[in-house]
Amino acid sequence: MGKDLITLEHITKSYDGTTILDDLNLSIYENSFVTLLGPSGCGKTTTLRIIGGFEKPDMGRVIFDGQDITSLAPNKRQLNTVFQKYALFTHMNIADNIAFGLKIKNKSDAYIRDKISYALKLVNLEGYENRMPDSLSGGQQQRIAIARAIVNEPKVLLLDEPLGALDLKMRQDMQYELKRLKEELGITFIYVTHDQEEALTMSDHIVVMNQGYIQQEGSPEKIYNEPENAFVADFIGDSNIIRATMVRDKLVDILGAKFDCVDTGFGENKPVDVVIRPEDVELVAPEAGTIEGVVTGLTFKGVHYEMDVMANGYEWLVHSTKLSEVGSKIGIKVDPFNIQIMNVPESEDEEAISETV
Amino acid sequence: MKLFKNKKSAYLMSSPYIAWALIFIVVPLCMVIYYGLTDSHGAMTFSNIATIAKPGYLKALRRSVVLALASTLVCFILAYPLGMILSSMKLKRNTFLVTLFILPMWMNFLLRTLTWMTLLEGKGVINTVLEFLHLPTINIINTPSAIILGMVYNFLPFMILPIYNSLSRIDDNVINAARDLGANSLQTFLRITLPLSVPGIISGITMVFIPALTTFAISTMLGGSKILLIGNVIEQEFTQLYDWHLGSGLSIVLMIFILINMVVESIFDKQGGLS
Repeated sequence: MGKDLITLEHITKSYDGTTILDDLNLSIYENSFVTLLGPSGCGKTTTLRIIGGFEKPDMGRVIFDGQDITSLAPNKRQLNTVFQKYALFTHMNIADNIAFGLKIKNKSDAYIRDKISYALKLVNLEGYENRMPDSLSGGQQQRIAIARAIVNEPKVLLLDEPLGALDLKMRQDMQYELKRLKEELGITFIYVTHDQEEALTMSDHIVVMNQGYIQQEGSPEKIYNEPENAFVADFIGDSNIIRATMVRDKLVDILGAKFDCVDTGFGENKPVDVVIRPEDVELVAPEAGTIEGVVTGLTFKGVHYEMDVMANGYEWLVHSTKLSEVGSKIGIKVDPFNIQIMNVPESEDEEAISETV
Repeated sequence: MKLFKNKKSAYLMSSPYIAWALIFIVVPLCMVIYYGLTDSHGAMTFSNIATIAKPGYLKALRRSVVLALASTLVCFILAYPLGMILSSMKLKRNTFLVTLFILPMWMNFLLRTLTWMTLLEGKGVINTVLEFLHLPTINIINTPSAIILGMVYNFLPFMILPIYNSLSRIDDNVINAARDLGANSLQTFLRITLPLSVPGIISGITMVFIPALTTFAISTMLGGSKILLIGNVIEQEFTQLYDWHLGSGLSIVLMIFILINMVVESIFDKQGGLS
């Protein structure tokens, strides 16, 4: 996808004896939209702050464009940050906020004026030069925060949950806006969020984190379709995660029924976890299914129906556009390509570090 | 947030406070203005107020202003760095330290000032220790320096608290943002931290300058009876010369002075908040 722009090597960080990041290694390619995704406390924000220079790792190195910047002050780094709650300078008007970085660098007045109007145009807020930050809505303030960062022409823009404080509609609009900005600017975006939908919508590359470890990284499609462990499968959207037995290559025993699958190399008669997305469960006539079950719950979700199906002692979550009434008997079928097999972690700790093994 | 359902109940609830303010603030103020603008026969006159222009009185006023400004400045220089240190510390430790700085306020103000008298005396505690160590003694009791010291000691918490408050309200990420945009620590301080703390500085200055300008207790105890401040002059008119008219007249002058001071500060506050 291009060359490495930022490399994190063996980053370790702890606060008051609690380990936040443990031997984290990560490469970020030039001109990509990378999202660090995970629940709160997973270390994603700390990772971002280490890249931004606001935290120093206890161990490890941060390489930027071939240079070690681990102990470089934030003001010396060629990257800019968009903070969670905008962090605008409330005592300055919008123009002065945007011009802040340029004035520090002693750019000419004409240059600064051009840059301000360019940046405001880019974020669709032309004519807001003389407004004060307090008089703007949350979404507008966030756009100004982005404008303030990008006028400095950074090689990388760091975004720390920038849409977290906005309402749903505004958040969705901003997602497309950010994607468009990324294309127009042609720079690297490193985005931190706990919202999996946001990550799937915007990213080229997703890094799923939990408990200070990287659980899995890859394209949104890969993360969604081929989760490597139960944490990733569970965190990225709804899914059926079932303990099963791998009979042999390409055949798995799920709840006593044999399903064809495409995975190999798990051994014979080995316990595994299988992930089946609710939209991949096909409901057919009872005799046509691999397993027989009864519909126990039904909710209309707009695009599809969400159904609970009790079959062989497990309550399956099913998304389907076809309606099956509660109480009706049905069969469950799954396409072999839609069964994702994962190794069973031996302990919770192993689950957390399974990526590094 | 709306505490009361309608205006009526809000007025009803506030009536005791309004009554209090009427009896203990408005009525005395009217009396001061009445006495200040009349002579002993009850005839209207401006001579009480004009007395401030007489050399002795003018000198006391000028001295008061100079000492109040000096002690305000010293308080500011001491309080600002402390406010920055306190606001940058973690919560648990700074509560303890803030309490430590507020602690002297729990003791009676006159008692504290009296203590400084015994500390600073020619044969006082400080000089006894200095003599014992064969160091030169200090003789600042009954000088303006001793008065400034007393003012700073007594009024410092009033400067620390508002500055600390305004500094601790600044979001860490605002500081981080300035650093992120290329500002070094000094630039961040001058362009972000300082302007954002202006409201705290203004209220700190007001809360130190006004009591320092009007005090008579500190100057009486630490300045001997030689250094008269405008507060001492007014006090003497009331308690020793029983000239309520002149005392009230001078009080009005002092009030006008404080009002002008507050107007100037509020203008400065608005500018500081915007530029």
